[in-house]
Amino acid sequence: MVKLTILTAISGLAVLSIIFELVRRRQLREKYAILWGLVGIVVIPLAIFPGLLNPLSRAIGVASGVSLVLFLAVVFLLVVCIHLSWEVSRLEEETRTLAEDLALLRTEMRERVGQ
Amino acid sequence: MINGKRVLIVIPAWNEQASVADVVREVRGELPGVGVLVVDDGSKDRTSDMARDAGATVARLPYNLGVGGAMRLGYRYGYEHDYDVVIQVDADGQHDPRYVPKLVDALDDADFVIGARFAGEGDYTVHGPRKWAMTMLSAALSRMNHAKLSDTTSGFRAANRRTIELFAFWYPVEYLGDTIEVLVRLVRNGYRLAQVPVTMRQRQAGTPSHSPVKSTVYLARAALIFALSMVRK
Ligand SMILES: Nc1nc2c(ncn2[C@@H]2O[C@H](COP(=O)(O)OP(=O)(O)O)[C@@H](O)[C@H]2O)c(=O)[nH]1
Ligand SMILES: [Mg+2]
Repeated sequence: MVKLTILTAISGLAVLSIIFELVRRRQLREKYAILWGLVGIVVIPLAIFPGLLNPLSRAIGVASGVSLVLFLAVVFLLVVCIHLSWEVSRLEEETRTLAEDLALLRTEMRERVGQ
Repeated sequence: MINGKRVLIVIPAWNEQASVADVVREVRGELPGVGVLVVDDGSKDRTSDMARDAGATVARLPYNLGVGGAMRLGYRYGYEHDYDVVIQVDADGQHDPRYVPKLVDALDDADFVIGARFAGEGDYTVHGPRKWAMTMLSAALSRMNHAKLSDTTSGFRAANRRTIELFAFWYPVEYLGDTIEVLVRLVRNGYRLAQVPVTMRQRQAGTPSHSPVKSTVYLARAALIFALSMVRK
């Protein structure tokens, strides 16, 4: 049990430091940094004290705190994935418009030069 | 000028260096006085050069967007240059420009006209799942349109100013969106659709973008796009 706690705690800290480093190098937009930072802050105490959620999970009828964490994690990751798909769709629409603008501008430039 | 209207022919082309020049020359020969815009969709070959040498205006997209992406660019060009009519003609030589005046005339009573293969003229046939998809689509769209549309996937199409104004800003880029979703949106928004029977020729060079293997997938995707376009805003 102690070994497991060490493992989860180290993983949590590793993830937090990766996020910090990405933000520091300006590779990660602030909004995502905040999101993942919050996740880290919630997850690390749970990693160190897995029993923390036991009272809450018992209150809502989940057998153990660990299952509750797993369930919440899956839901959370799903929502994040959906958000990212949405974000990519929007970006594609934006780059599409830019590509069109570029093509139109170059065509017009050529027409002007040709005259 | 055709029938007193300023007409722009938009030719979406992707790696069509072998046929695009002939298509441009034929269009310009048959239809003097129309604008010809080739939208080169990030081709890896000499499509742009061939089209330009043949006398077309060329707009080159920096990367491949698909037919829908190329066509929105074409409609935007038509919109910004005040054309009355924009007509899509494929770069592979399958569409005969001699039908163009007929399409333009049909725009007198419609906002969007399709050059249709199954409407009596010609002997174009397809088989299997692709055929089922096409049959169901044309049945559904004909009902919604209150007038027959027998070839919903034809790429030979004419748009009037009202439709150009829509397509310059909204034209789906997804696979099949450019054929199916476009028609559903037009019909749902009260645009009048009509068709003119045409004969299509064999592709002059290169390979068609759909292989027979893909035709079952085609059916599924066509159904999905159709269902989506019925509920999309
Ligand atoms: N802009 C653009 N045009 C394409 C693309 N794929 C095919 N086309 C063009 O669309 C037209 C029709 O393509 P084709 O393969 O003949 O399809 P089919 O006639 O429906 O069987 C041709 O002019 C092609 O050059 C693409 O990715 N982008
Ligand atoms: Mg073709």
